[in-house]
Amino acid sequence: MPTDGELARKSLQYRRNVLRWIKHAGAGHTGGSLSCVDILNVLYNRILRVSPATFTDPKRDRYIQSKGHSVEALFVVLADCGFFPESDLETLCGYQSAYVGHPTRHVTGVEQNTGALGHGLPLAVGTALASKLDDAGFRAFTLLGDGELAEGSNWEGALAGAHYKLDNLTVIIDCNTLQITGRTKDVMNHEPLAEKWAAFGWAVRTIDGHNLAAITAALEQPLEAGKPSCVIARTTKGKGVSFMEDVGKWHHGVPSADELARAYAELDGAIAQLSGGAA
Amino acid sequence: MYSPAAKAVAEKLGLKMGRANLEEFADTLLTLAKADRNILAVTSDSRGSGKLGPFGQALPKQIVEVGIAEQNLVGIAAGLGSCGKNVFAVSPACFLTARSLEQVKNDICYSDHPVTIVGISAGVSYGALGTTHHSLHDFAVLRAINNLTIVVPADNFETREAVKAAAAHDQPVYLRFGKAAIYTLPAADTAPFAFGQARVLRQGNDVAFIGTGETVIHCLLAAAHLETTAGLHCRVISLPTLKPLDVSAVLAAARECRAVVTAEEHMINGGLGEAVAGVIAQAGIGKRFKIAGIADEYTATGSQADIFRHYGLTMEGLSAAAAGLLQRS
Repeated sequence: MPTDGELARKSLQYRRNVLRWIKHAGAGHTGGSLSCVDILNVLYNRILRVSPATFTDPKRDRYIQSKGHSVEALFVVLADCGFFPESDLETLCGYQSAYVGHPTRHVTGVEQNTGALGHGLPLAVGTALASKLDDAGFRAFTLLGDGELAEGSNWEGALAGAHYKLDNLTVIIDCNTLQITGRTKDVMNHEPLAEKWAAFGWAVRTIDGHNLAAITAALEQPLEAGKPSCVIARTTKGKGVSFMEDVGKWHHGVPSADELARAYAELDGAIAQLSGGAA
Repeated sequence: MYSPAAKAVAEKLGLKMGRANLEEFADTLLTLAKADRNILAVTSDSRGSGKLGPFGQALPKQIVEVGIAEQNLVGIAAGLGSCGKNVFAVSPACFLTARSLEQVKNDICYSDHPVTIVGISAGVSYGALGTTHHSLHDFAVLRAINNLTIVVPADNFETREAVKAAAAHDQPVYLRFGKAAIYTLPAADTAPFAFGQARVLRQGNDVAFIGTGETVIHCLLAAAHLETTAGLHCRVISLPTLKPLDVSAVLAAARECRAVVTAEEHMINGGLGEAVAGVIAQAGIGKRFKIAGIADEYTATGSQADIFRHYGLTMEGLSAAAAGLLQRS
């Protein structure tokens, strides 16, 4: 199990790679990828019982990225975990590439083709239910955006998850408070969020979505036996790059050469600081 | 559904009235599921309308209820399918193929999971319940989605074979049928039932009737009627698979017959008729051609039989359409 320090370093490197590949592809959902990096880091390096070697094992844990637009974060983490060589991302968004701008199962490690919002939770309910029906013991995790919660299918899935008492199912909400039009609370308010999920019969915990120890603690086991878990991760869109943090225009956006250099400088500085601290 | 004259023709042909394809589906699925615990039925408060009550009683661990939530129905079915379950998601075709179309497109077809979505009480089966309950768009929208076999059985035999084939198929299938009792068609003189294969029910080279689903019986009655009344020899082709289309059977009919009439319980836009027309036109064949189906208008109200009669999807209507094509100068 990697230490918090090791994971913190990975998160910084992941952020650097997200920006690198978005710049290379000339397209990408920058802000939302940066807001969920820490969650994906903890999932793939600490929580999920899945690896390149076990990816076809019927009893593997499943991760379904409902907020498919943050695919760059997913690809970077999957590459780091050895599902495919990171150099594959040189084709990202290119002609005939498997690496399109949303997750597809043509990429090893991706469980479901997503991108249209509001699909991940029903898929995860079916996955968790399949595990329960066969007493197979695997778990389902799905990552939702907060803007995505306006899709009604999420609430159909929320009913079903509680109805079937799927304590092997965890929803993580990347609550970065921004969507393409502006503040989520102004576009379509979903607060009070914790109360809503609790009222639907879910066990709920609200955490700092950039605190690796807090993410780990929330995802390690069901929050409550007999109930599905909802982890509300309070995050910052564009996290880790000062001029991108909490700025709506970075929902999707490709950094200029200068912006990329400044972002790298910040992230490299943070990496150096971590290394200094460790030494 | 059948005029006294049509019933007389059916009797002359020795056709026996079967049961509803819906009942045939439910019984076949139950039989298959008893032998394979991996088969699941997923329903959206539709086990009664899907005749799956006995299934639920016999195999309570193989039926999943999602409530009145068709998007959830298809999403959950895809999740189950992705974990190795052989899933039949059952809901009225009107809701299944409209409200949950995006889940069908992305979660089933694009992600490529072994799920059969079963559109029950399709077309205008719900007759007088009105347009909300009709599915006259499903062929059109589903034909435009990649990686989906579209199966529309004509009688109990085709339904039984289609359910078995769907259960054995490890890719997405759409199965669509009605709920009214239907005549059993004569055995085809072609190969046994298989996806993608036409069934030629009657030979002839004057007019080719090409039907899918529960309009095929009316094509057969029309062909027999035209032989008796006008001395015409008409071919009758059942296309239980709308996609992939049996192109060779369609082209043979177009080449060998003087005219082509297609028949479908669907709007004339984007369904069987336009699929067949596309094949024929692109082969450079020019033939007199008629698409019999529901017009692009507010659908006539009334029972299923009323609507079939209104739009000429009957022995009389199809006979007139065929004769009209031949008379045209």
